[in-house]
Amino acid sequence: MIYEVFRQERKGQAFQHAGSFHAPGRDFAETYAREFYGRRAESVALWIVPRDDVVAIEDFADELGRTYHRVDGYSLKGKLREARERAGNA
Amino acid sequence: MGARVQEFVEYVQGGSQVEAGDWLPDEYRAKLIKFIEMHGNSELMGVLPEREWILRAPTLQRKLALTAKVQDEVGHAQLIYRVVEDLGKPREQCLEDLLSGRAKFHNVFHYPTRTWGDVGVIAWLVDAAAIISQKALLKCSYAPYARIMKKICWEESFHILHGRDVILAMMLGTPGQRELVQEAVTRWWGPLMQFHGNPIPADEDPMLYWRIKSQGNEEARQQFLDGYVPQILELGLELPDPALRKDPDTGRWLYTEPDWEELRHVVTGHGPRTQERLDLRRRAREESAWVRRAVLAEAA
Repeated sequence: MIYEVFRQERKGQAFQHAGSFHAPGRDFAETYAREFYGRRAESVALWIVPRDDVVAIEDFADELGRTYHRVDGYSLKGKLREARERAGNA
Repeated sequence: MGARVQEFVEYVQGGSQVEAGDWLPDEYRAKLIKFIEMHGNSELMGVLPEREWILRAPTLQRKLALTAKVQDEVGHAQLIYRVVEDLGKPREQCLEDLLSGRAKFHNVFHYPTRTWGDVGVIAWLVDAAAIISQKALLKCSYAPYARIMKKICWEESFHILHGRDVILAMMLGTPGQRELVQEAVTRWWGPLMQFHGNPIPADEDPMLYWRIKSQGNEEARQQFLDGYVPQILELGLELPDPALRKDPDTGRWLYTEPDWEELRHVVTGHGPRTQERLDLRRRAREESAWVRRAVLAEAA
């Protein structure tokens, strides 16, 4: 079975994907993870996840063009200029 | 070339990276597999010359350090074979191709380790040459490979430290010890100069075209010479190339043409220790087969 490993380098940091390895079960996976990513104190915590249990999402369709969810849905520049002009602050 | 491949080439040449799940041109995938597989093979075979000295290490501390280095390198092989596997070639197949002699591994791992001086020279200079190649892979267009290279380079820097420490201890020792280091440096210089490969012009190097590597062979060698010739000479060691010198006008190192015929001969399975080491690897695989069977049966 393939396990994916995520490691945290220092307390408070985000976990980052570190790599993957083969292991015949959880005990081996734990030992391998410690040996691969922990034996030089390079990690303060590890997450070990069977690859099959990782749900990957890679397509983000936006058929409805819902720009109000995004920064590009709000163009303030022109409006701001106009509002300043109207207020006599241009 | 199809439009899709063209677009891909522009994408990677622009410095962008791809992931395992992305669409990859067949030629790119094939080049990646071949290159990365050879890297994995080299890590795995590369421990054998050093392994010979674990039992003969001069102190317990050195024995532990050398064992840890060997463990690191085997760990690198595991990580690298995983990358190859996700590209479509199973690890079992890689091992089979290695053991049957179909696949290659780096030239420096085909040579004997005659003395403890060799152990120092390998950890110091062979790993130094290797880390230069590996640093040029940190920006590899194939992101999963680039990511594990970060960890590998970090560990290799420990090995160089270990190697320098071994060498310095010997250089501070008896004339006999200094002689061992000099003899090893002299013997390894040829293979070290061949290590980065013959100077392919950058625009003809497919590894650069696909941005698998970010540095040409000659650039890597120049960087090695720049970094390490001064370190070797300052210890009072000599290098066996009378033509070796830095051109003050161009800043480039000049040297006697490395023996490319020897390189070709060695990596195609005719090195002084190639067959012996492959035999050992085959035997180890057979003798440990029951462990794999037992563990996998229990897991099933």
